[in-house]
Amino acid sequence: MAAMPDLRGERKVELALRSGEDVVRLRQAVRESALAVGFSLVDQTKVVTAASELGRNTIQYGGGGRVEISIVADGARRGVRLEFIDQGPGIADLKLAMTDGYTTGGGLGLGLSGAKRLSDEFEVESSPGKGTRVVIVRWKAR
Amino acid sequence: MERIPILRMGRFLLVTIQVDMHDQLALTLQDDLTERIVADRAKGVLIDISSLDVVDSFIGRMISNIAGMSRVLDAQTVVVGMRPAVAITLVELGLDLAGVRTALNVEKGMALLQNSTVA
Repeated sequence: MAAMPDLRGERKVELALRSGEDVVRLRQAVRESALAVGFSLVDQTKVVTAASELGRNTIQYGGGGRVEISIVADGARRGVRLEFIDQGPGIADLKLAMTDGYTTGGGLGLGLSGAKRLSDEFEVESSPGKGTRVVIVRWKAR
Repeated sequence: MERIPILRMGRFLLVTIQVDMHDQLALTLQDDLTERIVADRAKGVLIDISSLDVVDSFIGRMISNIAGMSRVLDAQTVVVGMRPAVAITLVELGLDLAGVRTALNVEKGMALLQNSTVA
């Protein structure tokens, strides 16, 4: 995977992720950032949906955590970057966790794999016992 | 407690989801609808999601669950009004709502229910 650009831009929001209501707030905040960057309606919907999946994972599997929403730039490109961080139990088998339909929580098993498909860049780091960090970027289509 | 209203129209139940639902609200709707199908002896359920600008895997699962439960309870479910951007995203996410009947709008959805349920 190519190095993830990390050019923190003009706008950064941090939200706590503890409850279902926080996921609603997350969706709204991501929508605002996507609008600020000038995403098409379909691209807005994709990044908001990816955020919703990952935010729920942070709460359900990570025991809660936080998310950082930022607008990033790489040359002339602009995009929305989301970083989800929890100090939960971590993911024992990342490859398995990325498999469509695999779940330990009774869901559909589409959270991680689906969010990856909806993102342009996707990075996940997890160490058992220490927590999980997931970063996605979606760029504005040119 | 916060709830999504369920309206009755003859043999059918009508739900219009107009808020960005948190997960608990979606689960409550699923339970309420299942109970109302039995209590009202409903033959059909129409769910209007035209106000929803996002349907993630949780809401998608709720829609599939409602369709499955109503089928078991001898009622049909039709989901109407899905926005194009939501449809594109849902399929890319990996959900195709197999087994859920859909129609473009409330009018077409009602016609589908009328035709597929015997009075």
